[in-house]
Amino acid sequence: MDNEQNTKGAQEPAKPKADVCPTKRGKLELSEVRDMLTEKKGPQYWRTLDELSQTPEFEEMLHREFPRQASEWEGGGTSRRDFLKVMSASLALAALSACVKQPLEPIVPYVRQPEEITLGKPLFFATAFPMPMGAVPVLVESHEGRPTKIEGNPQHPATLGGTDVFTQASILTLYDPDRSQTITYLGDARPWGQFLNAIRGPLNAQKAAGGGGLRLLTGAVTSPTLAAQIRDFQKLYPQAKWHVWEPVAHGNARAASQARFGQPIDTQYNFEKAEVVVTLDGDFLSSGFLGFHRNARQFAARRRPELKEAMLRMYAVESTPTNTGGKADHRLPVRASEVESIARALAAQVGVGGASVNLQGEQAKFVAAAAKDLQSKRGRCVVVPGEHQSVAVHMLAHSMNQALGAVGQTVIYTDPIEAAPVDYTASLKEIVGDMNAGKVDILIMVGVNPVYDAPVDLNFQQAMDKVPLRVHQGMYQDETSRLSHWHINGTHYLEQWGDARAFDGTASIIQPLIAPLYSGRSDHELLAMMNGQSDASGYDLVRKYWQTQHTGLDFESWWRRSLHDGLIEGTTSAPKTIAAKGTAIPAAPQSSGSMEIMFRRDHTIYDGRFAQNAWLQETPKPMTQLTWDNAVLLSIATGKKLDIKTEDLVELEYQGRKVKGAVWLTPGHPDNAATVYLGYGRDNSGRVASGLGFNAYKLRRSDAPWFDRGLKLTKTGETYELACTQGHQNMEGRALVRAATLEEFIKNPGFAHEMVEAPAPGLTMYAAYQYKDHKWGMTIDMNSCIGCKTCVVACQSENNIPVVGKTEVKRGRHMHWLRIDTYHEGTAENPKSYFQPVPCMQCENAPCEVVCPVGATVHSAEGLNDMVYNRCVGTRYCSNNCPYKVRRFNFLLFTAPVWDSPQLSMLQNPDVTVRSRGVMEKCNYCVQRITHARISAEEDNNRKIPDGEVLTACQQACPADAIVFGDMNDPNSRVSKMKAMQRNFGLLEELNTRPRTTYMAVVRNPNPELEPQQKREEHASLAVADAGKGV
Amino acid sequence: MQQGPEEKTITEERLLPGQPATLAPGHTLGSITDKISWVVLRRPITLGWVSGFAIAFGLLMLLQLAIGYLLFRGVGIWGINIPVGWGFAIINFVWWIGIGHAGTLISAILLLLKQNWRNSINRFAEAMTLFAVACAGMFPLIHTGRPWLAVYWLFPYPNTMGVWPQFRSPLIWDVFAVSTYGTISLLFWFVGLIPDLATFRDTAKNPVARFVYGLLAMGWRGSARHWKRYESAYLLLAGLATPLVLSVHTVVSFDFAVSILPGWHTTIFPPYFVAGAIYSGFAMVLVLAIPIRQFYGMKDMITERHLDNAAKVMLATGLIVAYGYAMEVFFAWYSANGFERFMMHNRMFGPYGWAYWMLIATNIVIPQVLWIRSVRLAPFKLFLVSIVVLVGMWMERFVIVAVSLHRDFLPSSWGMYVPTRWDWMTFVGTLGLFFTAMFLFIRIMPMISIFEMRTLLPESKIEEEVAAHD
Amino acid sequence: MAQIFHRSSNSLARVSMLGAVVLVAGLLWAASEFQRSPYFTYAGEAKMQPVPFSHQHHVAGLGLDCRYCHTSVETSGFAGIPPTKTCMNCHSQIWTNAPMLEPVRESYRSGKSLVWTRVNDLPDFVYFDHSIHINKGVGCDTCHGPVNKMPLMYSYASLQMEWCLNCHRAPEKFLRPRDQVFNMDYQQPSSSKPVSVNGKTYTDQLAMGNDLKQAYHLRSVTDITNCNTCHR
Repeated sequence: MDNEQNTKGAQEPAKPKADVCPTKRGKLELSEVRDMLTEKKGPQYWRTLDELSQTPEFEEMLHREFPRQASEWEGGGTSRRDFLKVMSASLALAALSACVKQPLEPIVPYVRQPEEITLGKPLFFATAFPMPMGAVPVLVESHEGRPTKIEGNPQHPATLGGTDVFTQASILTLYDPDRSQTITYLGDARPWGQFLNAIRGPLNAQKAAGGGGLRLLTGAVTSPTLAAQIRDFQKLYPQAKWHVWEPVAHGNARAASQARFGQPIDTQYNFEKAEVVVTLDGDFLSSGFLGFHRNARQFAARRRPELKEAMLRMYAVESTPTNTGGKADHRLPVRASEVESIARALAAQVGVGGASVNLQGEQAKFVAAAAKDLQSKRGRCVVVPGEHQSVAVHMLAHSMNQALGAVGQTVIYTDPIEAAPVDYTASLKEIVGDMNAGKVDILIMVGVNPVYDAPVDLNFQQAMDKVPLRVHQGMYQDETSRLSHWHINGTHYLEQWGDARAFDGTASIIQPLIAPLYSGRSDHELLAMMNGQSDASGYDLVRKYWQTQHTGLDFESWWRRSLHDGLIEGTTSAPKTIAAKGTAIPAAPQSSGSMEIMFRRDHTIYDGRFAQNAWLQETPKPMTQLTWDNAVLLSIATGKKLDIKTEDLVELEYQGRKVKGAVWLTPGHPDNAATVYLGYGRDNSGRVASGLGFNAYKLRRSDAPWFDRGLKLTKTGETYELACTQGHQNMEGRALVRAATLEEFIKNPGFAHEMVEAPAPGLTMYAAYQYKDHKWGMTIDMNSCIGCKTCVVACQSENNIPVVGKTEVKRGRHMHWLRIDTYHEGTAENPKSYFQPVPCMQCENAPCEVVCPVGATVHSAEGLNDMVYNRCVGTRYCSNNCPYKVRRFNFLLFTAPVWDSPQLSMLQNPDVTVRSRGVMEKCNYCVQRITHARISAEEDNNRKIPDGEVLTACQQACPADAIVFGDMNDPNSRVSKMKAMQRNFGLLEELNTRPRTTYMAVVRNPNPELEPQQKREEHASLAVADAGKGV
Repeated sequence: MQQGPEEKTITEERLLPGQPATLAPGHTLGSITDKISWVVLRRPITLGWVSGFAIAFGLLMLLQLAIGYLLFRGVGIWGINIPVGWGFAIINFVWWIGIGHAGTLISAILLLLKQNWRNSINRFAEAMTLFAVACAGMFPLIHTGRPWLAVYWLFPYPNTMGVWPQFRSPLIWDVFAVSTYGTISLLFWFVGLIPDLATFRDTAKNPVARFVYGLLAMGWRGSARHWKRYESAYLLLAGLATPLVLSVHTVVSFDFAVSILPGWHTTIFPPYFVAGAIYSGFAMVLVLAIPIRQFYGMKDMITERHLDNAAKVMLATGLIVAYGYAMEVFFAWYSANGFERFMMHNRMFGPYGWAYWMLIATNIVIPQVLWIRSVRLAPFKLFLVSIVVLVGMWMERFVIVAVSLHRDFLPSSWGMYVPTRWDWMTFVGTLGLFFTAMFLFIRIMPMISIFEMRTLLPESKIEEEVAAHD
Repeated sequence: MAQIFHRSSNSLARVSMLGAVVLVAGLLWAASEFQRSPYFTYAGEAKMQPVPFSHQHHVAGLGLDCRYCHTSVETSGFAGIPPTKTCMNCHSQIWTNAPMLEPVRESYRSGKSLVWTRVNDLPDFVYFDHSIHINKGVGCDTCHGPVNKMPLMYSYASLQMEWCLNCHRAPEKFLRPRDQVFNMDYQQPSSSKPVSVNGKTYTDQLAMGNDLKQAYHLRSVTDITNCNTCHR
């Protein structure tokens, strides 16, 4: 019961719940183990560990810290011990569980209760999730000091309340039991004090020598405070150098802006005014792209077909299938290296750039049409280059946007949000050079993992070995920390004070939601230490900095307001008007070899920093729907040519280096090219991350970090199983996604209803139920949905949905209540793609309800299809009878890690039951939120619940605002309005299930020149015919 | 005085030239009693029996292991998933229930139809029914992985939660159908046993045996009043059991027919489930009868005539089942429903196509050899055909349950079903349970009804009349 | 041939047939009784506590209001359990060195919480909300019983689902005026003890209950017996 959980969590937020539970007295915490081991040197240390490991507490602790689910993840079957347990256990179970007497439970009050806390009521705090491309402002839900859920901050101009998969999942990282939990020296635990003593000497020596031998290596820094601290640091050590390394952020965009403007600038896009968009491999609709959230929101707004002719049209040139390509009206798959020639041709046709390139056939037509469209929509169009595209492509894009009058309209230049907007590769090269030259005495690495992700030709590890004193700060014991002398366990952003800029420059204060779980040190505190303020707290540092910045009177109230709003007024970076200095387009590089390799950041684990996040690992990658692995993407034709099938293990050879990876044949992928995703192939860096996929960094070179020719693919003959959540991406001619072109839509707005014949609403023997009070409903606009999967993770976080691991996903047992079905239509070379989020439809005539023998799933008086976990006996009949297959079953004790680890049990949402084995579960419209809203409304002398007060987790998280939830009894609610629209249709409505969640049909806006009328008609009629089959 | 001659004429008609008799000539009241009771009371335990029993018992232990581990880990140890929520557990359930039909059909319906050739096979057929139902009844409990809850909530009784089960669900109907059927079959079987138990009581030498049989015989003395009451009770039970033969599998078929899943949602299910049940039931009867008459020298009591008749019943029911399959295909086409058509197409040519064609071969094609008389009269061939039919009927359930589920409405959630070793262990485990029980039965109970065999003797006709008249 | 059974076994058999029926019925009855027994539900059973806190003394004796300790009962789902500070408000002045209160002082000194044993403990899958019940006029003692007569706290009701449903299926039988919710000595209206709600005087609970249902905007019985009212 939530009350009971609350009070457990209540006593002292920083401590795991288990501490305060008396039934587990004499329990050993990792922290204590750490203390016992501290002060011990190598051999001695091991002896203690031996002695320690004799004690039962230690065994018990191990058991808690290393959940049995781990073995499930590795797919390890069943140990001998299990077998022995079986008989007794099972019999005992059978006997016991039949009539369970409730065990006595403790209840633990505060000693002094904080004023702001009302037991049982969550608090929300504004903070920001720092990412290299700009922080994401968030509101964090906290139950008695336990942060449990991340929500977007609707007040913030940069995201407009949207979030992304990384942000939603970041809360799991906070509670990850595998986070680095102690300071270590050569792997042995050490207290902070010892580190100070050890480092003081060398630092003072450096100070004396002006810090010539001191190097600081950080990730992208958008924190004003940290930047200030680093400036102080450089004052203190004048010759010390600060280097920045980010493996995937920005790509070549920065080099390009240097070349064009002679200074680094950030390019923002404003799709609010865009009517034609041409992307040159620019995947601006995927999490991690600069300004993703705002792009998605504005793009979706411009895609509403109700705008008629003003509806946005998108041409996508892309080198690997992405969401952006999926949303495009015209998609041209070419290899990354060929994008440049397309760009040159396009530029020539819109009247910039040098000599034209003559293209053949389809490409020529595509470019011609795109160019024509662009010029007809001057100032209302935009060309978006891909971050990883060549400098030339970026330059061309800049000049095209200039020529088309887009700059200042749809394209906005601003100063970089980064404190040191350097070329990362160059910066890393320099420090490697210095290290090899023996110039570096002390290397301080803050929140980076270069040993793993630095370009392989730089041999960072080799160079690093030459440094006499290496210090690494980070949240994990990783490849780099293991090769450093000192490792300082870092803090999670929810544990620390700090600040960060969003992509539009707006700064937010990062305030902690919880005291550091493992007394970690934030980057601010580490810098402070080196600046000789070893006792300065993060709070003081941040506050002091902003005191220097704040000019007006009454700092205190300003500070409080900034904290409360989650943003600092007037920090948004102003648009820049800046003249182009150099416009010379560098010549296209002459690349040899037929096969091309393309490196991409991963959709769910970014550059590998989230590899240890099980939610993200289990989130299906957009388009491929793969989980738990990266793969070598090849086109189907290429697969045929090389006689390689999906899941074949191939050896990739590039520039003399080899890596083995599994192949995934992907429709819409360009031929003679392979896409590999970065971030996988970690070894002993946590139970989740280790042993998944292959490490593409081992092939990545500093001279061609994004794509290059000269890849050699050879079959190994072995195969490697990949876990995909959607094996079948073909609609089989059924009218599941209903689509038309804008032209057809204008002609016949109700096209969606003609595709199947749905039974009339009155077609039932019984009188329809009268919903007196509320009648909840949902619509999902498939035209807006960009398939980014944010809602999936948000739902997982809100509803305590367990992670099942690769083996179980392979068996088809993933637990996501909300999934995004991705369908392809058309040719395998260049299909159209559709994204269809599928939660429980809350059917009016729910097939699941009649077949449940115990009535564990029943209709509520507000139209919800309730799922009662404690009533469910697990016959699975409901799932068999559910045409949408949205029901999820706990085939095993999937929540075992939660029971086993105190950290993860703190993560659970106390308003939602944690399901056990043998229980069916499914989406319930976040009924806990509805209940809370209703109760507060009733207590507030029965006021009406205003539209928008209840937001489901998926709706709140959606950056594209595709999901609308509300009361259908209220004619003015957004959802009623949506349902009144003609694009509104019910999935499988022909079955007369009367789904409560309905969809907005897809309307594409193709260019008649590229998709001639009569062809479309054929297609349309075909669609209808197919639909007929589907009825 | 009608019955006598009537009976005679019937007997005469029955015995067409060259047709084997129900009971080989040369038997007397005494010889029948001796022959049947000898198996239990005096025959030494043979190596064959011991080894057979040992194997069956081994499999039974396997079942215990499988179920133990199931309760310990959960149904995740099986191959089921989303979309295939039901696997071996339900397949086996339906299969065993089907097999359980023959017994009651033989003892009840054939009794009412005065088919007295049934007398020599009804006893162990009923026993078979009981054991089959026991095997079947296990699955609804364990298939949730948490039987304690199933028991706790499926049975409607006033509980501390103040709520009842959901009577609209076919699974609840199942609970009643199967438990009723089990109870009636047990009663029917036991009542039928009483006179023979009395015979055993009187002929047994071992005092313990005498005591036990005596206890079970419930003081039967074979007086005219006993016989009169017995006859009416037996007839009554037969009357009760008859509708159950039809109802049980009808209700079981509702588990599927009531759903909206293509391949499940069809009106043909009740009749062809019942037919299929009798089909597999008789197959199992033969699988048991043929070895028994072989090894226990019962060829003169279980004559070729029995084999012949059983084979004919199989042939008939088999054809009904075939009609059922034909109708499914026809419906799919005639409904013009895309989902139905796809389902049928997927059954035939989808990834599990082999299962469908194997089903057609084993259930329809091969059994057609039963048209040939020589096959019907040849024990070994008949034995093989019966085995084939049993396999076929199991495949039918596999096709219906797993193959219909694995590809339904949304292609996005299509999946495959691959049984794990635990599925197989559970399956063969139930075979172990079944045969263990069967072996024990043969050793401790009269496997053929003594007194009913006696009625087949010419001289017993008079007795019958007397019994009938006073 | 000697008889195996004595003739008495005839009657024995008959009796045993009857006996079997009785036995089965008896077992079923016993089982259902056991489930509702205090042994099983803890109802009426005082639990061991670190400090033998007496509600009787504090409520009846000193006349403390429930809300002095259970502060959030009107605003939150959780009634609230007093922090050590609340105890010390008084016990820093009175009974300052009673050995009985040592755990409290210890907790206050050390900052380590007192660990009580939960008395009214619902299963974790049941979501009970105090505030809404208080606001709809359900008295404390309707569920918690005569707390003012409990020297040691025990749960008054079985807290089983059927018990909850008693009220959710017929709230009018239990509702009382809001101003009486915290009144431990409140009695339902009767001809001898009428109750008056804003002017109107009632001598019959049902009459009052039905009016209060209107006045307090109770949702229909269908609504409040929905599964998601308590389970999610």
